[in-house]
Amino acid sequence: MTQVSFEASFQKKIDEEIMIEPQDYMPDEYRKTLIRQISQHAHSEIVGMLPEANWITRAPSLRRKAVLLAKVQDEGGHGLYLYSAAETLGITRDQMLHQLHTGVAKYSSIFNYPTITWADMGAIGWLVDGAAIMNQVPLCRTSYGPYARAMVRVCKEESFHQRQGFEIMLNLSKGTPVQKQMAQDALNRWWAPALMMFGPLDAVSPNTAKSMEWRIKRFTNDELRQRFIDVTVDQIRLLGLALPDENIKWNEERGHYDSSELNWDEFWNVVKGNGPCNKERLATRVKAWEDGAWVREAASAYAEKRKTKKAA
Amino acid sequence: MSSVTTLKYTLQLADNVLIMGQRLAALCGKGPILEQDIALTNISLDQIGQARSLYQYAATIVNNMSVADKAQLFNAPLLQEKINNKLSITEDDLAYLRDAWDYRNCLLVEQENGDWAYTVARSFFFDRFQYLLYTAMLKSTDSTLAAIAEKSLKEVQYHIKWASEWVIRLGDGTDISKEKMQQALQARWEYTGEMFTMNELEKEAYNIGIGVDVSQLQQTYQQQIETIVQEAGLQMPTAAWMQTGGKNGVHTEHLGYILAEMQYLQRAYPNMEW
Repeated sequence: MTQVSFEASFQKKIDEEIMIEPQDYMPDEYRKTLIRQISQHAHSEIVGMLPEANWITRAPSLRRKAVLLAKVQDEGGHGLYLYSAAETLGITRDQMLHQLHTGVAKYSSIFNYPTITWADMGAIGWLVDGAAIMNQVPLCRTSYGPYARAMVRVCKEESFHQRQGFEIMLNLSKGTPVQKQMAQDALNRWWAPALMMFGPLDAVSPNTAKSMEWRIKRFTNDELRQRFIDVTVDQIRLLGLALPDENIKWNEERGHYDSSELNWDEFWNVVKGNGPCNKERLATRVKAWEDGAWVREAASAYAEKRKTKKAA
Repeated sequence: MSSVTTLKYTLQLADNVLIMGQRLAALCGKGPILEQDIALTNISLDQIGQARSLYQYAATIVNNMSVADKAQLFNAPLLQEKINNKLSITEDDLAYLRDAWDYRNCLLVEQENGDWAYTVARSFFFDRFQYLLYTAMLKSTDSTLAAIAEKSLKEVQYHIKWASEWVIRLGDGTDISKEKMQQALQARWEYTGEMFTMNELEKEAYNIGIGVDVSQLQQTYQQQIETIVQEAGLQMPTAAWMQTGGKNGVHTEHLGYILAEMQYLQRAYPNMEW
Protein backbone atom coordinates (compact mmCIF):
# COMPACT_ATOMS: atom_id res chain seq x y z
CA MET A 1 0.00 0.00 0.00
CA THR A 2 1.14 3.51 -0.60
CA GLN A 3 1.24 6.19 2.09
CA VAL A 4 -1.95 7.65 0.66
CA SER A 5 -3.80 4.36 0.80
CA PHE A 6 -2.58 3.78 4.38
CA GLU A 7 -4.06 7.09 5.37
CA ALA A 8 -7.26 6.46 3.49
CA SER A 9 -7.73 3.09 5.17
CA PHE A 10 -6.99 4.70 8.56
CA GLN A 11 -9.64 7.38 8.05
CA LYS A 12 -12.06 4.75 6.75
CA LYS A 13 -11.68 2.78 9.99
CA ILE A 14 -12.24 5.94 11.99
CA ASP A 15 -15.35 6.77 10.02
CA GLU A 16 -16.67 3.25 10.44
CA GLU A 17 -16.03 3.44 14.18
CA ILE A 18 -13.47 0.62 14.06
CA MET A 19 -10.96 1.11 16.86
CA ILE A 20 -7.34 1.75 16.04
CA GLU A 21 -5.02 -0.73 17.78
CA PRO A 22 -1.29 -0.33 18.60
CA GLN A 23 -0.07 -2.43 15.66
CA ASP A 24 -2.27 -0.58 13.15
CA TYR A 25 -1.04 2.16 10.86
CA MET A 26 -1.72 5.64 12.23
CA PRO A 27 -0.60 9.08 11.03
CA ASP A 28 2.23 10.61 13.07
CA GLU A 29 0.04 13.50 14.09
CA TYR A 30 -2.60 11.13 15.44
CA ARG A 31 0.06 9.31 17.47
CA LYS A 32 1.50 12.57 18.78
CA THR A 33 -1.89 13.95 19.69
CA LEU A 34 -2.72 10.80 21.59
CA ILE A 35 0.60 10.68 23.42
CA ARG A 36 0.11 14.30 24.42
CA GLN A 37 -3.45 13.77 25.56
CA ILE A 38 -3.04 10.41 27.32
CA SER A 39 0.17 11.37 29.10
CA GLN A 40 -1.34 14.68 30.14
CA HIS A 41 -4.28 12.73 31.46
CA ALA A 42 -2.01 10.31 33.34
CA HIS A 43 -0.01 13.19 34.82
CA SER A 44 -3.26 14.81 35.93
CA GLU A 45 -4.14 11.66 37.82
CA ILE A 46 -0.91 11.53 39.76
CA VAL A 47 -0.50 15.25 40.36
CA GLY A 48 -4.20 15.21 41.19
CA MET A 49 -3.48 12.87 44.09
CA LEU A 50 -1.69 15.68 45.92
CA PRO A 51 -4.42 18.22 46.71
CA GLU A 52 -6.61 15.50 48.17
CA ALA A 53 -3.77 13.60 49.84
CA ASN A 54 -3.28 16.89 51.68
CA TRP A 55 -6.38 16.04 53.76
CA ILE A 56 -6.05 12.30 54.35
CA THR A 57 -4.22 12.69 57.64
CA ARG A 58 -6.76 15.32 58.75
CA ALA A 59 -10.00 13.68 57.60
CA PRO A 60 -12.68 14.33 60.25
CA SER A 61 -13.77 10.72 60.76
CA LEU A 62 -12.25 7.29 60.28
CA ARG A 63 -14.78 6.47 57.58
CA ARG A 64 -13.99 9.67 55.68
CA LYS A 65 -10.29 8.94 56.05
CA ALA A 66 -10.64 5.46 54.62
CA VAL A 67 -12.87 6.58 51.75
CA LEU A 68 -10.62 9.48 50.82
CA LEU A 69 -7.51 7.31 50.98
CA ALA A 70 -9.17 4.72 48.76
CA LYS A 71 -10.21 7.45 46.38
CA VAL A 72 -6.74 8.95 46.08
CA GLN A 73 -5.36 5.46 45.62
CA ASP A 74 -7.75 4.97 42.72
CA GLU A 75 -6.30 8.07 41.07
CA GLY A 76 -2.89 6.42 41.28
CA GLY A 77 -4.40 3.35 39.65
CA HIS A 78 -5.85 5.48 36.86
CA GLY A 79 -2.40 6.95 36.35
CA LEU A 80 -1.08 3.41 35.91
CA TYR A 81 -3.67 2.37 33.31
CA LEU A 82 -3.13 5.55 31.37
CA TYR A 83 0.66 5.39 31.38
CA SER A 84 0.32 1.82 30.13
CA ALA A 85 -2.08 2.91 27.38
CA ALA A 86 0.36 5.66 26.33
CA GLU A 87 3.25 3.18 26.33
CA THR A 88 1.53 1.26 23.51
CA LEU A 89 2.22 4.30 21.34
CA GLY A 90 5.98 3.98 21.71
CA ILE A 91 6.92 6.14 24.67
CA THR A 92 8.06 4.90 28.09
CA ARG A 93 6.67 5.90 31.47
CA ASP A 94 10.09 7.26 32.43
CA GLN A 95 10.12 9.47 29.33
CA MET A 96 6.67 10.77 30.13
CA LEU A 97 7.64 11.46 33.75
CA HIS A 98 10.72 13.26 32.54
CA GLN A 99 8.48 15.48 30.42
CA LEU A 100 6.30 16.16 33.45
CA HIS A 101 9.22 16.92 35.74
CA THR A 102 10.84 19.28 33.28
CA GLY A 103 7.61 21.14 32.61
CA VAL A 104 7.36 20.00 28.98
CA ALA A 105 4.18 18.02 29.59
CA LYS A 106 1.16 19.63 31.19
CA TYR A 107 -1.42 18.33 33.60
CA SER A 108 -4.88 19.62 34.40
CA SER A 109 -4.63 23.15 35.82
CA ILE A 110 -7.32 22.44 38.39
CA PHE A 111 -4.73 20.75 40.59
CA ASN A 112 -2.81 23.99 40.91
CA TYR A 113 -5.44 25.34 43.28
CA PRO A 114 -5.02 24.82 47.03
CA THR A 115 -7.23 22.64 49.24
CA ILE A 116 -7.83 24.90 52.23
CA THR A 117 -10.71 23.36 54.14
CA TRP A 118 -12.26 19.93 54.49
CA ALA A 119 -15.14 21.09 52.27
CA ASP A 120 -12.65 21.20 49.41
CA MET A 121 -12.66 17.39 49.51
CA GLY A 122 -16.37 17.57 48.83
CA ALA A 123 -16.08 20.20 46.13
CA ILE A 124 -13.28 18.35 44.35
CA GLY A 125 -15.12 15.04 44.31
CA TRP A 126 -18.37 16.62 43.24
CA LEU A 127 -17.23 19.33 40.80
CA VAL A 128 -13.76 18.31 39.67
CA ASP A 129 -14.49 14.61 39.31
CA GLY A 130 -17.90 15.54 37.97
CA ALA A 131 -16.33 17.65 35.24
CA ALA A 132 -13.78 14.92 34.62
CA ILE A 133 -16.54 12.36 34.12
CA MET A 134 -18.29 14.66 31.68
CA ASN A 135 -15.03 14.91 29.74
CA GLN A 136 -14.17 11.26 30.07
CA VAL A 137 -17.34 9.32 29.38
CA PRO A 138 -17.12 10.13 25.65
CA LEU A 139 -13.49 8.92 25.77
CA CYS A 140 -14.74 5.39 26.47
CA ARG A 141 -15.62 5.44 22.73
CA THR A 142 -12.51 7.27 21.62
CA SER A 143 -10.94 5.90 18.45
CA TYR A 144 -7.75 4.50 20.02
CA GLY A 145 -8.48 1.08 21.55
CA PRO A 146 -6.11 0.98 24.56
CA TYR A 147 -7.15 4.49 25.60
CA ALA A 148 -10.86 3.69 25.26
CA ARG A 149 -10.51 0.53 27.32
CA ALA A 150 -8.52 2.30 30.03
CA MET A 151 -11.21 4.96 30.17
CA VAL A 152 -13.96 2.39 30.74
CA ARG A 153 -12.27 1.36 33.97
CA VAL A 154 -11.48 4.94 34.95
CA CYS A 155 -15.06 6.10 34.47
CA LYS A 156 -16.50 3.34 36.62
CA GLU A 157 -14.39 4.49 39.54
CA GLU A 158 -14.88 8.19 38.89
CA SER A 159 -18.60 7.92 39.41
CA PHE A 160 -17.93 6.54 42.89
CA HIS A 161 -15.59 9.50 43.48
CA GLN A 162 -18.19 11.98 42.48
CA ARG A 163 -20.72 10.40 44.78
CA GLN A 164 -18.37 10.55 47.75
CA GLY A 165 -17.71 14.23 47.02
CA PHE A 166 -21.38 15.05 46.73
CA GLU A 167 -22.04 13.15 49.94
CA ILE A 168 -19.48 15.28 51.78
CA MET A 169 -21.13 18.44 50.44
CA LEU A 170 -24.59 17.17 51.33
CA ASN A 171 -23.49 16.38 54.85
CA LEU A 172 -21.94 19.82 55.27
CA SER A 173 -24.90 21.66 53.77
CA LYS A 174 -27.26 19.89 56.14
CA GLY A 175 -24.91 20.41 59.08
CA THR A 176 -24.32 23.35 61.38
CA PRO A 177 -24.24 26.92 59.98
CA VAL A 178 -20.46 26.94 59.99
CA GLN A 179 -20.37 23.67 58.04
CA LYS A 180 -22.78 25.05 55.50
CA GLN A 181 -20.62 28.13 55.21
CA MET A 182 -17.61 25.90 54.63
CA ALA A 183 -19.46 24.13 51.81
CA GLN A 184 -20.49 27.43 50.22
CA ASP A 185 -16.95 28.78 50.40
CA ALA A 186 -15.62 25.67 48.68
CA LEU A 187 -18.27 25.83 45.97
CA ASN A 188 -17.48 29.49 45.31
CA ARG A 189 -13.76 28.83 44.99
CA TRP A 190 -13.96 25.67 42.84
CA TRP A 191 -16.77 26.65 40.51
CA ALA A 192 -14.87 28.65 37.92
CA PRO A 193 -11.74 26.47 37.95
CA ALA A 194 -13.98 23.42 37.44
CA LEU A 195 -15.60 25.06 34.39
CA MET A 196 -12.17 25.82 33.02
CA MET A 197 -11.36 22.10 33.11
CA PHE A 198 -13.23 21.76 29.82
CA GLY A 199 -10.48 23.74 28.18
CA PRO A 200 -10.45 27.03 26.28
CA LEU A 201 -13.42 28.28 24.27
CA ASP A 202 -13.94 26.34 21.04
CA ALA A 203 -13.13 29.45 19.04
CA VAL A 204 -9.57 29.48 20.38
CA SER A 205 -8.99 25.79 21.13
CA PRO A 206 -5.93 24.78 19.12
CA ASN A 207 -6.54 21.02 19.10
CA THR A 208 -10.29 20.57 18.94
CA ALA A 209 -10.99 20.41 15.20
CA LYS A 210 -8.45 17.71 14.33
CA SER A 211 -9.31 15.71 17.45
CA MET A 212 -12.98 15.74 16.45
CA GLU A 213 -12.17 14.61 12.95
CA TRP A 214 -10.13 11.69 14.34
CA ARG A 215 -12.83 10.95 16.89
CA ILE A 216 -10.40 11.27 19.74
CA LYS A 217 -12.83 13.87 21.00
CA ARG A 218 -16.54 13.57 20.41
CA PHE A 219 -17.87 16.81 21.82
CA THR A 220 -16.35 20.26 21.88
CA ASN A 221 -15.14 22.01 25.03
CA ASP A 222 -18.06 24.41 25.03
CA GLU A 223 -20.65 21.67 24.56
CA LEU A 224 -19.34 19.72 27.50
CA ARG A 225 -18.98 22.82 29.66
CA GLN A 226 -22.60 23.78 29.02
CA ARG A 227 -23.79 20.27 29.80
CA PHE A 228 -21.89 20.40 33.09
CA ILE A 229 -23.37 23.76 34.07
CA ASP A 230 -26.89 22.57 33.30
CA VAL A 231 -26.53 19.45 35.44
CA THR A 232 -24.68 21.11 38.30
CA VAL A 233 -26.95 24.09 38.82
CA ASP A 234 -29.75 21.69 39.77
CA GLN A 235 -27.42 19.90 42.17
CA ILE A 236 -26.46 23.19 43.83
CA ARG A 237 -30.14 23.87 44.44
CA LEU A 238 -30.56 20.37 45.85
CA LEU A 239 -27.78 21.13 48.32
CA GLY A 240 -29.52 24.35 49.31
CA LEU A 241 -26.43 26.41 48.53
CA ALA A 242 -26.34 29.79 46.80
CA LEU A 243 -25.38 29.81 43.12
CA PRO A 244 -21.70 30.74 42.82
CA ASP A 245 -22.32 33.05 39.87
CA GLU A 246 -25.01 35.74 39.96
CA ASN A 247 -25.43 35.60 36.19
CA ILE A 248 -26.65 32.03 36.13
CA LYS A 249 -30.09 32.22 34.56
CA TRP A 250 -32.23 29.77 32.59
CA ASN A 251 -32.37 30.72 28.92
CA GLU A 252 -35.63 29.42 27.54
CA GLU A 253 -34.62 30.00 23.94
CA ARG A 254 -31.33 28.10 24.18
CA GLY A 255 -32.70 25.51 26.57
CA HIS A 256 -29.60 26.00 28.71
CA TYR A 257 -28.38 28.05 31.63
CA ASP A 258 -26.53 31.25 30.81
CA SER A 259 -23.57 32.14 33.01
CA SER A 260 -20.74 34.65 33.34
CA GLU A 261 -17.82 34.74 30.97
CA LEU A 262 -14.90 32.95 32.61
CA ASN A 263 -11.69 34.74 33.48
CA TRP A 264 -9.51 33.37 30.68
CA ASP A 265 -6.55 35.48 31.78
CA GLU A 266 -6.47 33.48 34.96
CA PHE A 267 -6.83 30.25 32.98
CA TRP A 268 -3.84 30.96 30.74
CA ASN A 269 -1.80 32.17 33.67
CA VAL A 270 -2.35 28.95 35.58
CA VAL A 271 -1.51 27.00 32.41
CA LYS A 272 1.70 28.99 32.13
CA GLY A 273 2.69 28.08 35.67
CA ASN A 274 1.44 31.04 37.67
CA GLY A 275 -1.33 29.28 39.60
CA PRO A 276 -1.20 29.30 43.38
CA CYS A 277 0.26 25.80 43.64
CA ASN A 278 2.01 25.11 40.29
CA LYS A 279 5.49 25.26 41.72
CA GLU A 280 4.64 23.36 44.84
CA ARG A 281 2.85 20.50 43.06
CA LEU A 282 5.63 19.98 40.58
CA ALA A 283 8.28 20.25 43.30
CA THR A 284 6.47 17.57 45.32
CA ARG A 285 6.42 15.21 42.35
CA VAL A 286 10.05 15.89 41.50
CA LYS A 287 11.12 15.37 45.10
CA ALA A 288 9.23 12.06 45.36
CA TRP A 289 10.91 10.96 42.13
CA GLU A 290 14.39 12.05 43.16
CA ASP A 291 14.09 10.68 46.70
CA GLY A 292 13.01 7.41 45.16
CA ALA A 293 15.95 7.15 42.75
CA TRP A 294 18.09 4.96 45.00
CA VAL A 295 15.07 2.74 45.69
CA ARG A 296 14.40 2.19 42.00
CA GLU A 297 18.08 1.54 41.37
CA ALA A 298 18.13 -1.01 44.17
CA ALA A 299 15.02 -2.71 42.81
CA SER A 300 16.51 -3.05 39.31
CA ALA A 301 19.88 -4.18 40.66
CA TYR A 302 18.09 -6.83 42.69
CA ALA A 303 15.96 -7.96 39.75
CA GLU A 304 19.10 -8.18 37.61
CA LYS A 305 20.86 -10.34 40.22
CA ARG A 306 17.85 -12.67 40.38
CA LYS A 307 17.88 -13.05 36.62
CA THR A 308 21.56 -13.91 36.58
CA LYS A 309 21.07 -16.40 39.40
CA LYS A 310 18.22 -18.07 37.56
CA ALA A 311 20.20 -18.25 34.34
CA ALA A 312 23.19 -19.81 36.13
CA MET B 1 -14.86 -5.55 85.64
CA SER B 2 -13.74 -7.79 82.81
CA SER B 3 -15.54 -5.53 80.33
CA VAL B 4 -13.16 -2.71 81.29
CA THR B 5 -10.21 -4.97 80.57
CA THR B 6 -11.68 -5.99 77.23
CA LEU B 7 -12.34 -2.35 76.40
CA LYS B 8 -8.84 -1.17 77.24
CA TYR B 9 -7.23 -4.13 75.55
CA THR B 10 -9.27 -3.52 72.42
CA LEU B 11 -8.29 0.15 72.47
CA GLN B 12 -4.61 -0.76 72.71
CA LEU B 13 -4.95 -3.01 69.68
CA ALA B 14 -6.86 -0.32 67.81
CA ASP B 15 -4.39 2.45 68.66
CA ASN B 16 -1.53 0.44 67.19
CA VAL B 17 -3.14 -0.07 63.81
CA LEU B 18 -4.61 3.41 63.61
CA ILE B 19 -1.30 5.18 64.26
CA MET B 20 0.52 2.83 61.89
CA GLY B 21 -2.13 3.41 59.21
CA GLN B 22 -2.04 7.15 59.78
CA ARG B 23 1.74 7.22 59.33
CA LEU B 24 1.58 5.30 56.08
CA ALA B 25 -1.36 7.37 54.83
CA ALA B 26 0.85 10.45 54.99
CA LEU B 27 2.99 8.92 52.22
CA CYS B 28 0.11 8.69 49.77
CA GLY B 29 1.11 10.36 46.50
CA LYS B 30 4.79 10.46 47.44
CA GLY B 31 6.04 6.92 46.86
CA PRO B 32 9.22 6.17 44.89
CA ILE B 33 7.26 4.26 42.22
CA LEU B 34 3.57 4.49 41.43
CA GLU B 35 3.01 0.78 42.06
CA GLN B 36 4.57 1.09 45.51
CA ASP B 37 2.53 4.16 46.30
CA ILE B 38 -0.53 2.02 45.69
CA ALA B 39 0.85 -0.90 47.73
CA LEU B 40 1.53 1.34 50.73
CA THR B 41 -1.93 2.82 50.52
CA ASN B 42 -3.39 -0.69 50.50
CA ILE B 43 -1.59 -1.54 53.70
CA SER B 44 -2.65 1.73 55.28
CA LEU B 45 -6.26 1.10 54.27
CA ASP B 46 -6.18 -2.38 55.80
CA GLN B 47 -4.83 -0.99 59.05
CA ILE B 48 -7.36 1.83 59.25
CA GLY B 49 -10.06 -0.76 58.52
CA GLN B 50 -8.80 -2.95 61.36
CA ALA B 51 -8.71 0.06 63.66
CA ARG B 52 -12.32 0.84 62.77
CA SER B 53 -13.49 -2.68 63.59
CA LEU B 54 -11.70 -2.51 66.93
CA TYR B 55 -12.90 0.99 67.86
CA GLN B 56 -16.45 0.05 66.88
CA TYR B 57 -16.23 -2.93 69.18
CA ALA B 58 -14.77 -0.77 71.95
CA ALA B 59 -17.58 1.76 71.51
CA THR B 60 -20.16 -1.03 71.87
CA ILE B 61 -18.55 -2.12 75.11
CA VAL B 62 -18.63 1.42 76.48
CA ASN B 63 -22.23 1.97 75.44
CA ASN B 64 -23.30 -1.23 77.22
CA MET B 65 -21.73 -0.20 80.54
CA SER B 66 -23.57 1.34 83.46
CA VAL B 67 -23.43 5.12 83.77
CA ALA B 68 -21.33 4.84 86.92
CA ASP B 69 -18.77 2.60 85.23
CA LYS B 70 -18.58 4.76 82.13
CA ALA B 71 -17.87 7.85 84.15
CA GLN B 72 -14.59 6.32 85.37
CA LEU B 73 -13.22 5.45 81.96
CA PHE B 74 -11.69 8.47 80.25
CA ASN B 75 -9.58 11.52 81.08
CA ALA B 76 -10.55 13.34 77.91
CA PRO B 77 -13.02 16.16 78.71
CA LEU B 78 -14.96 15.89 75.44
CA LEU B 79 -15.48 12.17 75.96
CA GLN B 80 -16.54 12.72 79.55
CA GLU B 81 -18.96 15.38 78.43
CA LYS B 82 -20.59 12.97 75.99
CA ILE B 83 -20.90 10.31 78.65
CA ASN B 84 -22.34 12.82 81.15
CA ASN B 85 -24.86 13.88 78.54
CA LYS B 86 -25.84 10.22 78.11
CA LEU B 87 -24.79 10.20 74.47
CA SER B 88 -23.54 7.08 72.73
CA ILE B 89 -19.83 6.85 72.07
CA THR B 90 -18.68 6.14 68.50
CA GLU B 91 -15.51 4.84 66.89
CA ASP B 92 -14.61 8.42 66.05
CA ASP B 93 -14.98 9.66 69.62
CA LEU B 94 -12.43 7.09 70.69
CA ALA B 95 -9.99 7.91 67.91
CA TYR B 96 -10.42 11.67 67.84
CA LEU B 97 -11.08 12.75 71.40
CA ARG B 98 -8.48 10.87 73.43
CA ASP B 99 -5.13 12.58 73.99
CA ALA B 100 -1.59 11.21 73.76
CA TRP B 101 -1.52 9.94 77.36
CA ASP B 102 -4.71 7.98 76.66
CA TYR B 103 -3.25 6.31 73.60
CA ARG B 104 -1.68 2.91 74.22
CA ASN B 105 0.07 2.17 70.93
CA CYS B 106 3.65 0.93 71.03
CA LEU B 107 6.40 3.46 70.31
CA LEU B 108 7.41 1.75 67.08
CA VAL B 109 4.35 2.76 65.08
CA GLU B 110 4.56 6.45 65.92
CA GLN B 111 8.14 6.76 64.65
CA GLU B 112 8.62 8.98 61.63
CA ASN B 113 8.40 7.64 58.09
CA GLY B 114 11.97 8.66 57.28
CA ASP B 115 13.24 7.45 53.92
CA TRP B 116 11.99 4.34 52.15
CA ALA B 117 14.29 2.05 54.17
CA TYR B 118 12.97 3.46 57.46
CA THR B 119 9.40 3.07 56.29
CA VAL B 120 10.10 -0.51 55.28
CA ALA B 121 11.94 -1.32 58.52
CA ARG B 122 9.11 -0.06 60.71
CA SER B 123 6.52 -2.05 58.78
CA PHE B 124 8.78 -5.11 58.70
CA PHE B 125 9.07 -5.10 62.49
CA PHE B 126 5.46 -4.19 63.19
CA ASP B 127 3.70 -6.41 60.63
CA ARG B 128 5.61 -9.50 61.70
CA PHE B 129 4.51 -8.84 65.28
CA GLN B 130 0.92 -8.34 64.17
CA TYR B 131 1.01 -11.61 62.31
CA LEU B 132 2.04 -13.55 65.42
CA LEU B 133 -0.32 -11.58 67.64
CA TYR B 134 -3.38 -12.13 65.48
CA THR B 135 -2.50 -15.79 65.00
CA ALA B 136 -2.46 -16.26 68.77
CA MET B 137 -5.60 -14.16 69.13
CA LEU B 138 -7.59 -16.62 67.04
CA LYS B 139 -7.88 -18.53 70.32
CA SER B 140 -9.25 -15.57 72.26
CA THR B 141 -12.33 -16.41 74.34
CA ASP B 142 -13.75 -13.12 73.14
CA SER B 143 -15.40 -14.10 69.90
CA THR B 144 -15.34 -10.58 68.44
CA LEU B 145 -11.60 -10.21 68.97
CA ALA B 146 -11.05 -13.68 67.54
CA ALA B 147 -13.13 -12.78 64.49
CA ILE B 148 -11.29 -9.49 63.95
CA ALA B 149 -7.99 -11.38 64.26
CA GLU B 150 -9.09 -13.89 61.66
CA LYS B 151 -10.14 -11.26 59.18
CA SER B 152 -7.05 -9.13 59.80
CA LEU B 153 -4.71 -12.08 59.47
CA LYS B 154 -5.49 -12.43 55.79
CA GLU B 155 -4.44 -8.83 55.29
CA VAL B 156 -1.32 -9.05 57.44
CA GLN B 157 -0.08 -12.01 55.42
CA TYR B 158 0.19 -9.67 52.48
CA HIS B 159 1.79 -6.95 54.64
CA ILE B 160 4.58 -9.20 55.89
CA LYS B 161 5.23 -10.44 52.39
CA TRP B 162 5.49 -6.86 51.11
CA ALA B 163 7.81 -5.69 53.89
CA SER B 164 10.01 -8.80 53.83
CA GLU B 165 10.45 -8.56 50.08
CA TRP B 166 11.57 -4.97 50.40
CA VAL B 167 14.06 -5.77 53.17
CA ILE B 168 15.55 -8.42 50.89
CA ARG B 169 15.43 -6.23 47.79
CA LEU B 170 17.17 -3.31 49.49
CA GLY B 171 19.61 -5.55 51.34
CA ASP B 172 20.54 -7.36 48.15
CA GLY B 173 20.19 -4.35 45.83
CA THR B 174 22.96 -1.76 45.59
CA ASP B 175 25.66 -0.80 48.11
CA ILE B 176 23.69 2.32 48.96
CA SER B 177 20.42 0.51 49.53
CA LYS B 178 22.17 -2.11 51.61
CA GLU B 179 23.68 0.53 53.86
CA LYS B 180 20.41 2.40 54.20
CA MET B 181 18.46 -0.75 55.01
CA GLN B 182 21.01 -1.81 57.60
CA GLN B 183 20.89 1.62 59.22
CA ALA B 184 17.11 1.66 59.31
CA LEU B 185 16.88 -1.81 60.86
CA GLN B 186 19.39 -0.74 63.47
CA ALA B 187 17.56 2.51 64.24
CA ARG B 188 14.12 0.95 64.63
CA TRP B 189 15.12 -2.20 66.44
CA GLU B 190 15.18 -0.53 69.86
CA TYR B 191 11.41 -0.06 69.58
CA THR B 192 10.66 -3.75 69.07
CA GLY B 193 11.27 -4.98 72.63
CA GLU B 194 8.26 -3.15 73.97
CA MET B 195 5.87 -5.18 71.86
CA PHE B 196 6.81 -8.33 73.81
CA THR B 197 6.91 -6.82 77.30
CA MET B 198 3.59 -7.55 78.97
CA ASN B 199 2.02 -4.54 80.62
CA GLU B 200 -0.52 -4.93 83.43
CA LEU B 201 -3.41 -4.70 81.04
CA GLU B 202 -2.06 -7.44 78.78
CA LYS B 203 -1.44 -9.70 81.79
CA GLU B 204 -5.00 -9.22 82.91
CA ALA B 205 -6.37 -9.75 79.41
CA TYR B 206 -4.33 -12.93 79.11
CA ASN B 207 -5.51 -14.17 82.52
CA ILE B 208 -9.16 -13.83 81.62
CA GLY B 209 -8.58 -15.58 78.31
CA ILE B 210 -9.25 -12.76 75.87
CA GLY B 211 -5.68 -11.56 75.32
CA VAL B 212 -2.38 -12.93 74.08
CA ASP B 213 0.77 -13.58 76.08
CA VAL B 214 3.03 -11.54 73.83
CA SER B 215 6.16 -12.52 75.75
CA GLN B 216 5.73 -16.01 74.35
CA LEU B 217 5.89 -14.72 70.80
CA GLN B 218 9.31 -13.14 71.06
CA GLN B 219 11.43 -16.15 70.24
CA THR B 220 9.52 -17.02 67.09
CA TYR B 221 9.58 -13.36 66.13
CA GLN B 222 13.36 -13.17 66.48
CA GLN B 223 13.81 -16.28 64.38
CA GLN B 224 11.50 -15.11 61.63
CA ILE B 225 13.09 -11.68 61.51
CA GLU B 226 16.54 -13.22 61.46
CA THR B 227 15.68 -15.51 58.55
CA ILE B 228 14.69 -12.55 56.38
CA VAL B 229 17.59 -10.38 57.53
CA GLN B 230 19.99 -13.17 56.61
CA GLU B 231 18.40 -13.72 53.25
CA ALA B 232 18.84 -10.00 52.63
CA GLY B 233 22.54 -10.36 53.39
CA LEU B 234 22.22 -7.98 56.34
CA GLN B 235 23.33 -8.10 59.95
CA MET B 236 20.79 -8.71 62.71
CA PRO B 237 20.36 -5.36 64.50
CA THR B 238 21.33 -5.12 68.13
CA ALA B 239 20.16 -2.91 70.96
CA ALA B 240 21.81 -2.23 74.27
CA TRP B 241 18.52 -0.87 75.50
CA MET B 242 14.93 -1.33 74.41
CA GLN B 243 12.70 1.73 74.61
CA THR B 244 9.36 1.27 76.30
CA GLY B 245 6.48 3.46 77.38
CA GLY B 246 3.88 3.72 74.63
CA LYS B 247 1.85 0.82 75.92
CA ASN B 248 1.54 2.63 79.24
CA GLY B 249 0.73 5.99 77.70
CA VAL B 250 4.24 7.45 77.89
CA HIS B 251 5.02 8.26 74.27
CA THR B 252 7.75 9.81 72.17
CA GLU B 253 7.20 13.43 71.18
CA HIS B 254 5.90 12.33 67.78
CA LEU B 255 2.50 11.16 68.96
CA GLY B 256 1.35 14.61 70.08
CA TYR B 257 1.88 15.94 66.57
CA ILE B 258 0.26 12.95 64.92
CA LEU B 259 -2.85 13.47 67.04
CA ALA B 260 -2.84 17.26 66.65
CA GLU B 261 -3.02 16.77 62.91
CA MET B 262 -5.41 13.85 62.91
CA GLN B 263 -7.85 15.26 65.45
CA TYR B 264 -7.84 18.92 64.53
CA LEU B 265 -11.21 19.13 62.76
CA GLN B 266 -13.05 17.28 65.50
CA ARG B 267 -11.52 19.65 68.03
CA ALA B 268 -11.88 22.91 66.11
CA TYR B 269 -15.52 22.09 65.25
CA PRO B 270 -16.69 19.86 68.08
CA ASN B 271 -19.89 17.84 68.16
CA MET B 272 -20.57 17.94 64.44
CA GLU B 273 -21.35 15.23 61.91
CA TRP B 274 -18.94 14.95 59.01
